[in-house]
Amino acid sequence: MKLLIQGGRVIDPANNLDAELDILIKDGKISKIGKNLKDDGVEIFNASGRLVTPGLIDIHVHLRDPGYEYKEDIVSGTRAAAAGGFTSVACMPNTKPVLDNKSVAQYIIEKAEKEGFARVFPVGSITKGLEGDSLSEMGDMKGAGCVAFSDDGKPVTSGELMRCALEYSKPFNTVIISHAEDIDLVGKGVMNEGFVATELGLKGIPWVAEDAATARDVMLCEFTGARLHIAHVSTRGSVEIVRAAKKRGVRVTAEAAPHHFILTDEAVRGYNTNAKMNPPLRSAEDVAAVRQGLADGTLDAIATDHAPHHIDEKNVEFNIAMNGVVGLETALALTLELVSDKVIDLNRAIELLTSGPASVLNLPVGTLTVGAPADVTIIDPGKKWTVSANDLISKSKNTAFDQRKMKGAAIATILGGRLI
Amino acid sequence: MAFAHKHILGINELSREDIITILDTAESFKEINTREIKKVPTLRGKTIINLFFESSTRTRTSFEIAGKRLSADTVNISASASSVTKGETLEDTARNIEAMHPDIIVMRHSASGAPHYLAQRLNCSVVNAGDGAHEHPSQALLDLFTIRQHKGRIEDLKVAIIGDITHSRVVRSNLYALNKMGAEVRLSGPGTMIPPGIEKMGATVYADMNEAIDGADVVMMLRIQMERQGKSLIPSLREYARFYGLNTVNLKLARPDALVMHPGPINRGVELSSYVADGPQNVILSQVENGVAVRMALLYLISGVEHSEA
Ligand SMILES: [Zn+2]
Repeated sequence: MKLLIQGGRVIDPANNLDAELDILIKDGKISKIGKNLKDDGVEIFNASGRLVTPGLIDIHVHLRDPGYEYKEDIVSGTRAAAAGGFTSVACMPNTKPVLDNKSVAQYIIEKAEKEGFARVFPVGSITKGLEGDSLSEMGDMKGAGCVAFSDDGKPVTSGELMRCALEYSKPFNTVIISHAEDIDLVGKGVMNEGFVATELGLKGIPWVAEDAATARDVMLCEFTGARLHIAHVSTRGSVEIVRAAKKRGVRVTAEAAPHHFILTDEAVRGYNTNAKMNPPLRSAEDVAAVRQGLADGTLDAIATDHAPHHIDEKNVEFNIAMNGVVGLETALALTLELVSDKVIDLNRAIELLTSGPASVLNLPVGTLTVGAPADVTIIDPGKKWTVSANDLISKSKNTAFDQRKMKGAAIATILGGRLI
Repeated sequence: MAFAHKHILGINELSREDIITILDTAESFKEINTREIKKVPTLRGKTIINLFFESSTRTRTSFEIAGKRLSADTVNISASASSVTKGETLEDTARNIEAMHPDIIVMRHSASGAPHYLAQRLNCSVVNAGDGAHEHPSQALLDLFTIRQHKGRIEDLKVAIIGDITHSRVVRSNLYALNKMGAEVRLSGPGTMIPPGIEKMGATVYADMNEAIDGADVVMMLRIQMERQGKSLIPSLREYARFYGLNTVNLKLARPDALVMHPGPINRGVELSSYVADGPQNVILSQVENGVAVRMALLYLISGVEHSEA
């Protein structure tokens, strides 16, 4: 099985590559990159006018499997990933049962290998049952294939326990992912605190609820010398905390979600439950800071926080609607909006979706280096399309971008040399 | 008469002209309430359901009387708001009620936006009788009516609203209403009860209550509900009364003919001293009385519209 991708603009940020080249794929691996490649018996993919990039990577996805298959499962979630140009996803542990032990990790990895349409890298929980009480068996789970640990969906409330998690994780050479949120300061808040919440009469979540937690975890990271990653940064303050920490040499990385760099809390008007997520959509000032963070390297990756919910969980009063939006199928075009908005250049955009996230979690993917797994995404940067919630591949339709006009789409996703 | 609204969801959706139409219509209904036979056949054959997810004897009774005096059939339903997404949803509840073909649902709900949610999904008219901390349009309209009745105008009046601004739907509706009618709104309350950006809704926030009521034409006091608002927002009702209560001393800062208003029910000795609550400047019972006429006007005006509005 050989595939020759001809004439595309190859962008491989990990190798500082941006040129019109051919790529030859053999036995599921990148075999050659160069001009005018030829080989016998190859299938040819004409990529002229297209971008050819490493398969996109999303390190923050909720696949809902096991336990919440009515929202999403490994098959539908990875199919949505492939549709969005993603060949690798890291899935969060708030499943039922919780991904807090080796067997759940094995179940996910096996099901993904057998039936999935993307590579799935499980993230185990930091604490047993996500209960914030005692540490999960991180060593065992790492052995089973978990690439990081997080109680995502909630913070580790106890500073002492977070310290232990970081210290314990260190010898295993893994990453702790912080969902940074001060639960007391969030209280019963359901959207960003600010003018819109005031006008709508909805209880606000202040930015300080995120910043205080980010600051604590970054300081614990500095204190322990462990590896920390901050999930879904949404505030100006958190961007600044991470920026300053990186300057001091703290081993912290961070990600941002497309909804946090595209939308503000204005999107909630009309009590739109598909604009409800955690952290919430913030102010224009926060959006600008997140964009700046993506541009200057403070933020290392774009990650969707793909959070499928059933229509019945969204078609309710705003204050009881579940938090979260799907994101896999819209992330690429929204990232390309940053390029049209001149926030970042195309190479940086691809980096934030490939080698950036790969290096955050030390994943063996995200480049087109010869010998690497042949995960490739072919992008038509000019393709115009309109988001239609009902047409999403994901089982859940809770997108914040329904009817948005988009430019740019993955037209082919290649996983281990196979066209998906 | 051009009144093109099918629903009354909030004052935000109404124009100044709409508000004047409502107040003028209420004026004509007010007289009915003092007749010996307090009933006109205007809404005969119409069914109005008062769907209350939060108990409120006062508002519900006012809407019920308003409907009955217009000869509509009114039915009260008490329901409990879902706290989680289990059991009967708001949409299910509403659809069940709609299957009985009401013409108007008057709705009170603890969730901001709940009436908007219903209005988008049902064919009948929806009147918001208070949603969370969002709007309480009939209250603001009866406040305007009462001010106009006693002052002859609303424009250029200085209106001070004192208390828990954050959790008050009465304040939000009044901010829209008073600004549309050209009044100047001043707010004051504990630091924990002033929501961010409230100035942008058209108000000046005063740290000191006395500055807010200085020279005011109207002083509107809000009900403080310690049990609802949680203990960390204010230390005690005693201290609250001391800094944010209206009494005969600080009331002297307002204009001598200033009106004292309250959406009720009042906490004597907390936001209002009894002397003020019963004093000559209070128009609290006149607010209650006008509430019926204003709600009659609302029910009447939206009944005249046949689904012309999306
Ligand atoms: Zn999270």
